[in-house]
Amino acid sequence: MIAASDVVVRYPGARANALDGASFEARPGRVTAVVGPNGSGKSTIVRTLIGQVPIASGAMRVGAFDVATADRRLLARSLSVVTQREEPAFSLSVRDYVLLGRHPHHGAWSALGPGDADAAEAAAARAGALALMDRRTDELSGGEWQRVRLARALAQGGEVLVLDEPGTFLDVAHEMAAFELLDTLAREGRTILLVSHQLNLVARFAAHMVLLHRGRVAAAGSPDDVMRGDVLEPVYEWPLVVARDPAVGAPLLVPLKRR
Amino acid sequence: MNASRWTLLVVALALAGVAGLSLGPVAISVADALRAMAGVGDGQTVAIVRDLRLSRVVLAMITGAGLGMSGAALQGTLRNALAEPYLLGVSGGAAVGAVCAVVAGVTAPVALPVAAFAGAAAAVVLVLLIARAASGRADPRILLMAGVVVGAFANAAIMVMLASAGEGTVRNALWWMMGSVAGADFGSIRWLAAYAAVAAMALVAVARDIDALALGEDAAAGLGVRVERATRRIFLLSALLAAITVAGAGLVGFVGLVVPALARALGVRRARQVLLASALIGATLVIGADVVARTVRAPAELPLGAVTALIGVPFFLMRLRRTA
Repeated sequence: MIAASDVVVRYPGARANALDGASFEARPGRVTAVVGPNGSGKSTIVRTLIGQVPIASGAMRVGAFDVATADRRLLARSLSVVTQREEPAFSLSVRDYVLLGRHPHHGAWSALGPGDADAAEAAAARAGALALMDRRTDELSGGEWQRVRLARALAQGGEVLVLDEPGTFLDVAHEMAAFELLDTLAREGRTILLVSHQLNLVARFAAHMVLLHRGRVAAAGSPDDVMRGDVLEPVYEWPLVVARDPAVGAPLLVPLKRR
Repeated sequence: MNASRWTLLVVALALAGVAGLSLGPVAISVADALRAMAGVGDGQTVAIVRDLRLSRVVLAMITGAGLGMSGAALQGTLRNALAEPYLLGVSGGAAVGAVCAVVAGVTAPVALPVAAFAGAAAAVVLVLLIARAASGRADPRILLMAGVVVGAFANAAIMVMLASAGEGTVRNALWWMMGSVAGADFGSIRWLAAYAAVAAMALVAVARDIDALALGEDAAAGLGVRVERATRRIFLLSALLAAITVAGAGLVGFVGLVVPALARALGVRRARQVLLASALIGATLVIGADVVARTVRAPAELPLGAVTALIGVPFFLMRLRRTA
């Protein structure tokens, strides 16, 4: 469970608040998608959750933790985050990389044990990365790397999983497989929060959508509530219509040409 | 990395140590050198091996291990394969601290590393502030430029202090700026070893944080690392290790650059292993460099820092090309 209430975040030196009183919820058992134009505050939500930007006012909670005051290590056992971009400075074996997901479960001197190895294997299997375990991180394609990152997040073992643009670098098949996996993980009781540009795709998988606009929640609800021309057009500031996908029946955003 | 490669590293270190005892202006056979270590043999040989060369070898070992680990930690945390205490101006700052102490008459072996550490820590803070002011988020190239500038400033500060210091101090300080383990004595080595052991253990304890930070700040934060605090701690420990080497042997450049790269080339990946392998390789390398320094133009000695720079500069250029 993630609950944000009236969260205000301002980057040092910035003129406007990156989050300007945002309130939303991501409940367990379903996929929640945060969408919105560039600069609407989507990635700031992720950076706030991992403690990389301070909350000026309001509160962000993850389960029983208050993000502002929580012990970061304990919080990281409940909350796994796949950030938008990540590139190891020096290559690691994929196995060692996935095992880094066990970092919050260990102190300075405790050694990784068989439990950690099992968690890493199980996570890799779920993310479709088991065959990659003996490769090196700098040998992977973009899609493989994305799967390995998801495996690392699953190895962390949290009940709450946050992903920033999880479809980046994935081809159609791997993208669909990733979203289906997230759907399954949600059905098992996890809280899944997606941050994404891909409105049409998340509208098919998310049970709940949060539309951000200039740091505030412009609309929230089921995909049918949010994916409406009169809701999206003023936020994206572009003429558009929302049709219905003839094949799967999901709402389908179609941006129009201006001339 | 498998066990046989670790064994190889240990054997290489042992061989370098034996070479360090037997080679020099007076060549002593390996057998005689080992016997002299046990106190057997003629008085002169025993004196050369036990009083002169053993202390050099031990100081070179501490210096190499400290610089190697310091470089490995800085490279991982800064996500920069060109980072090392010398190029980042950290060693220069340590030298300023040490020279300040000497000029002020503080030469106790327990105090000198502390003074050097104060200078090194100040240099770290300065370099990070300059780099951040220039590029917002610390750009690796700007960081190196800031390091070079702080290093140059440190040199200038030492020159100024020397201009008004006595002659004995000048000679001492010149040795510092060129690097040497010739003045090694066990009275000070004991303290250096104690400080280095503490700093090295603390660094090994935060090795997993280095792994996480090497993924990037956000990724590390997502893994529960308190990024600022962990970074600060690793920088200070790296500065402490570099300061210990400077207090003992002066400015020995490029070891921190070359050694972690060699460790990675051997197939070591996780930070804890990179740190340990860097300690072994660094110790071997500096003992070897000291043997070169005292044999190629014997009885004259080359500065140790010049020998490591001759190895390190071409290596740096190669790295720079790959990074760019």
